[in-house]
Amino acid sequence: MDRDTLLDIYTRTMRVARSDEKFRSLLMTGKLATMYYTYRGQELVTAAMMAALQPDDYLVTTYRGQHDQIAKGVPLEPLYAEIFGKATGTCKGKGGSMHITHPDSGVMVTTGVVGSGLPIANGLALASQNRGDQRVTVACFGDGATNIGAFHEALNMAQLWKLPVIFFCQNNRYGEHTAFADHTKVDSIVTRAAAYGMAGVSVDGNDAEAMYAAAKEAVDRARSGGGPTLIEAMCYRMMGHFFGADFSYMPAEHLAEMAAADPLPRLRALMLDHQFAQDELDRIVADIDAQIDAAVAFAIASPVPGPEEIRKDVFEQEVAA
Amino acid sequence: MKTARITMVQALNRAIDEAMAQDEGVILLGEDVGDRQGGGVFKISSGLSTKYGDHRVRATPISEQAIVGACVGAALAGFRPIAEIMLMNFLTVAMDQIVNHAAKLRFMSGGQTHVPLVIRTTTGVGVGFGGQHSDMLEAWFAHVPGLTIVTPSNAADAQGLMKAAIACNDPVIFIENILCYGLQSEDPGPGHLVPLGKAAVARAGDDCTVVTYGRTVLDALAVAETLAGEGISIEVIDLRTIAPYDRETVTASVARTGRAVVLHEAVRAYGTGAEIAANLSADLFGTLKAPVQRIGGAFSAVPMASALEQAWIPTKPGIADAVRATLNWST
Repeated sequence: MDRDTLLDIYTRTMRVARSDEKFRSLLMTGKLATMYYTYRGQELVTAAMMAALQPDDYLVTTYRGQHDQIAKGVPLEPLYAEIFGKATGTCKGKGGSMHITHPDSGVMVTTGVVGSGLPIANGLALASQNRGDQRVTVACFGDGATNIGAFHEALNMAQLWKLPVIFFCQNNRYGEHTAFADHTKVDSIVTRAAAYGMAGVSVDGNDAEAMYAAAKEAVDRARSGGGPTLIEAMCYRMMGHFFGADFSYMPAEHLAEMAAADPLPRLRALMLDHQFAQDELDRIVADIDAQIDAAVAFAIASPVPGPEEIRKDVFEQEVAA
Repeated sequence: MKTARITMVQALNRAIDEAMAQDEGVILLGEDVGDRQGGGVFKISSGLSTKYGDHRVRATPISEQAIVGACVGAALAGFRPIAEIMLMNFLTVAMDQIVNHAAKLRFMSGGQTHVPLVIRTTTGVGVGFGGQHSDMLEAWFAHVPGLTIVTPSNAADAQGLMKAAIACNDPVIFIENILCYGLQSEDPGPGHLVPLGKAAVARAGDDCTVVTYGRTVLDALAVAETLAGEGISIEVIDLRTIAPYDRETVTASVARTGRAVVLHEAVRAYGTGAEIAANLSADLFGTLKAPVQRIGGAFSAVPMASALEQAWIPTKPGIADAVRATLNWST
């Protein structure tokens, strides 16, 4: 992997990681009160995936999706403002963390319903296929989403029509509070790709080089008309289902395995192996922290949406008072 | 010279054909919709895949969530998809895509995205299709902010409403009654448009207003003809757009007649008729000469046996009785 790509992945990863840390600290200190689904442990998988995309490629993600949105390139100020429920947010405070939308960054839908994004991703990809605009669509979801009907309907349809879509399963080993082995009988999600005649790859998502290579191959396949890919990126959800949720149900050996696989120190070590200087990496993080502090200040200073917003955007025409 | 006639099937086909010719973004997804599958179970899409290609008329697997979801996604990308969901009961399989996504994405995105989608679907009581192929579920969808629900009672309106539905920048549920497909209208000609949200006065009258939509408009008109013989003058309002409905036209009519019967084929309990009756009571409490009467299907699954089906569905004598009840009301 070339140094520019590696640096890009590092920057995206740290923007995600520092944001997650900031959000958790804001929640912990009572400066923010909202539903928040932490993605600690899933920073690198998404950074490497998004680094393989173009800015105008489409993304559909889920309630645990801030890492995907940030890695895709949603600007931090409107993103933070949305999570704070402010009028300056991406969605004017009407969506919140579970429904971040930012078409300028390609983020078309963030859904709060497990599995629902996959059929919608097909439609975005179908539009690109008919237009011939070379765009690729990525649908992000977890292992828990692979047992809902929409997953199976969507994969079959995508392969049937060779749509330029990537089904990006971040297998974080838990569907809500239920461990993978307790919700799925097969050993890995990627075995399901074969059932639809689809290309599939399972990859250690915390290995930057392997993850990027898998992402790149899938993107190239989709863009060149080769059809969809199911990527299973193995990773860990290093905290509970949502912020503040108990996760004492995770066995000690799982916690130990997870800690050993933490993508952040591993990526840092890889950067140093590639002769990036400590202070260069520190400067990147300091710059990100400054952007995050500015985004938080912007969000806090922003006005709340007015009650008239309830009548707007229900239909194209405003609903009568 | 004989006037040209057109059936509802031909009218719908023409409306979609016109829209597809005008806009590359109009695409059709559904089970069996291609010509290789016979052009749709009711032939609404006959000839369209041959004319516009399989990439624009996509015959799908039996996957309602994937059909509606793909249409939502294509709509977000700027297309104007039409989803054919063969029967209205099958919409229940795709409720998540309709209710949580199509209806809400404009709002939840703060207006950054919108979903110009038409979901065509067929249903109707009276052909012995039984409990899972006959329901009128419009009240389910009318309760969801963001959805527009349309149903034509004649071929000309079917053409004009379909054109308007495809042009609409929000999701429209377009309900076709299976018993209306063969109805003929005078050919309205190409380019015919019927605006959404506008009711039609299907028959003018002075003594009582019957508010209805879809197939039961025909029943109401027949009853109006019968009662005219008894000296009773009925105004029949065809809502055409069930939700959001044309409250202005309905209220103005009932303000004049002082009496109203709200009629639909769907189960009466918790139906859209209850919303209309409640609004009439609120808007015209001092003007009404009788309580608003509501008529709808019985509170059971739609039965198969013809005798039971006829006992389930609103009948013309039942409608006439409801009208007479408003006229004979005394406090």
